[in-house]
Amino acid sequence: MQNISYRQAFFIGVFPIIAVSAPFTLSGYKVDLLTNLLINIMLVSSFRLITTTGGWSLAHIPMMGCGAYASALFTGALGVPFLISLPLSGLTAGLIGALIGYPLARTKGFAFFVASFAAGEAIRLSWMRFKVPFGGHSGLMVPIPDLFESVSWLDFSTAVPYYFLTLLVTLICLAVLYRLDRSRIGNTLKAIESHEDLTRSVGINRTKYKVIAFSVGSFFAGIAGVVLAHRLWAIEPHQFGFTTTLYLLVWVVFGGSHTFSGPIYGVVSLTLLAEVLRPLAEWVPMIFGAIIILTLIFLPDGLESLPGKIRPYLWKGKERREPPPPAEETRPGPMAAPESSER
Amino acid sequence: MLELHALTKAFGQNTAVMSLDLRLREGQIMGLIGPNGSGKTTVFNLVSGFLTPTRGRIYFQGRDITGLPPHKIARLGLARTFQLTAVFREFTVLENVILCCHLHSGTNLWQQFLRDRKTRRKEKSVEYKAMGLLEWMGLKELAFDRAGDLPHGHVAGLGIANALAAEPRLILLDEPVGGMNPTETEETMERIRRVRDNGISVFLVEHDMRAVLSTCDEVTCINFGNKIAEGPPRAVCEHPEVIEAYLGGEVEECYL
Repeated sequence: MQNISYRQAFFIGVFPIIAVSAPFTLSGYKVDLLTNLLINIMLVSSFRLITTTGGWSLAHIPMMGCGAYASALFTGALGVPFLISLPLSGLTAGLIGALIGYPLARTKGFAFFVASFAAGEAIRLSWMRFKVPFGGHSGLMVPIPDLFESVSWLDFSTAVPYYFLTLLVTLICLAVLYRLDRSRIGNTLKAIESHEDLTRSVGINRTKYKVIAFSVGSFFAGIAGVVLAHRLWAIEPHQFGFTTTLYLLVWVVFGGSHTFSGPIYGVVSLTLLAEVLRPLAEWVPMIFGAIIILTLIFLPDGLESLPGKIRPYLWKGKERREPPPPAEETRPGPMAAPESSER
Repeated sequence: MLELHALTKAFGQNTAVMSLDLRLREGQIMGLIGPNGSGKTTVFNLVSGFLTPTRGRIYFQGRDITGLPPHKIARLGLARTFQLTAVFREFTVLENVILCCHLHSGTNLWQQFLRDRKTRRKEKSVEYKAMGLLEWMGLKELAFDRAGDLPHGHVAGLGIANALAAEPRLILLDEPVGGMNPTETEETMERIRRVRDNGISVFLVEHDMRAVLSTCDEVTCINFGNKIAEGPPRAVCEHPEVIEAYLGGEVEECYL
């Protein structure tokens, strides 16, 4: 109980202060770094939705690319305004996710890995192959979003306004994903991972749920892709390659995927680490590799499992200090209260 | 209630189930026995839709269900449990049953996501229903324990509660008392009899002869995919082919 209230306190009190004040205290480059971090948070959270059904999709980054390409085409070629293009491109990614999710839902384990990788690469290669409309290897230009043309200080080509736009989109995405995770749907998805045959035998259409998870995950990956594309002003197939997928996997493995916040811890801590290690930039992939190996050996459930592992030691210390309560006396009131409030 | 007509399943060269005919009457506990590897679980997998038969048909309540996927068969009122009493180990006992109320939650995906007041009320009523089911199974005290931490006997009870949550007309129990001590076995068999007394037909696969004898209304024995005997439990037990199939070992227990 205490743990949750600390967390609530953080989200209500501390987080808004940091999130709002950070862009005004940091330099332009660092604000862009934060924007990027927010995009990656959307990416890992949407990825986690897919992992709750038990499959680690290797097509997630290409799905993000689908959103980015869709928005580049909608806003660039068709002149659709950004605010309409954002959900529309997300839906495009979600639709493509549903199309490839249907065959993928019938595969399991290693087959799912390979099939999702193949599907993702097929999408990526088609961007390289077709110069029209995807621009081939050189990719596409993405227009700068102009939401309020009359408001001159709200220029989305600069870092700080764009950061706030990203923050808003991220918060909405996280709220929806969190709600989904906590609802009956989220539990059903986790039950499918826990015992697939049992879910089927009580009447749950596991294919339908897996396709929904894949599709909704792809939708939010697509949204992340749109926000990324409109900050970079240009996209190319190479950005959505396997290296990026590997980073995504590293973040999620490091953070853990059993809780909603696990992957977010992963991406935040590793992004901070990469920033600290900036002078050693060439070594960062190697350091990440070492971190993953060490995580898998010593903390297989990721960063999220760390508090649970430390807590017993802390509790032990506390219990020793307290004298054992007398057994024969039954004291009502405050002593009995914590136990009953647990349920 | 359930009828199998010349049901056959072949895995490559091996015929796991060979032209099996079987009829289960409503309100009965039917036992399927046979030595290891005789094809009992295959029959269950065929009936519940996890496998498609090579030949033959399966009728449930007069309806042909051959080749339907498991979730559709469950929707028609046929639920099953699994060997080693599989449950959702990471969830609590209550959450297990709530999840298995999937078919009768009365809410669609949008409502589950938006959770308006009406949906929350429905979710609450599903929770009450699940709690009632647990009370009926004698698991109410354990409702908030993690299912993976339960002792074996209670896991079996939870497995049955999970299947009942789908509100079936017929439940298939795959070795409900496998690996249990005599007390746990007796408790579980008592639960199964109570399920039958509530009007739900039971079809069970079991090794424990004593449990089968004390509970089943009718027994079918198969070996190498062939039916070798059927009828009241005691008659099947004394059937010479059955005794031969079990090499006398377990059948002797019948007379204890």
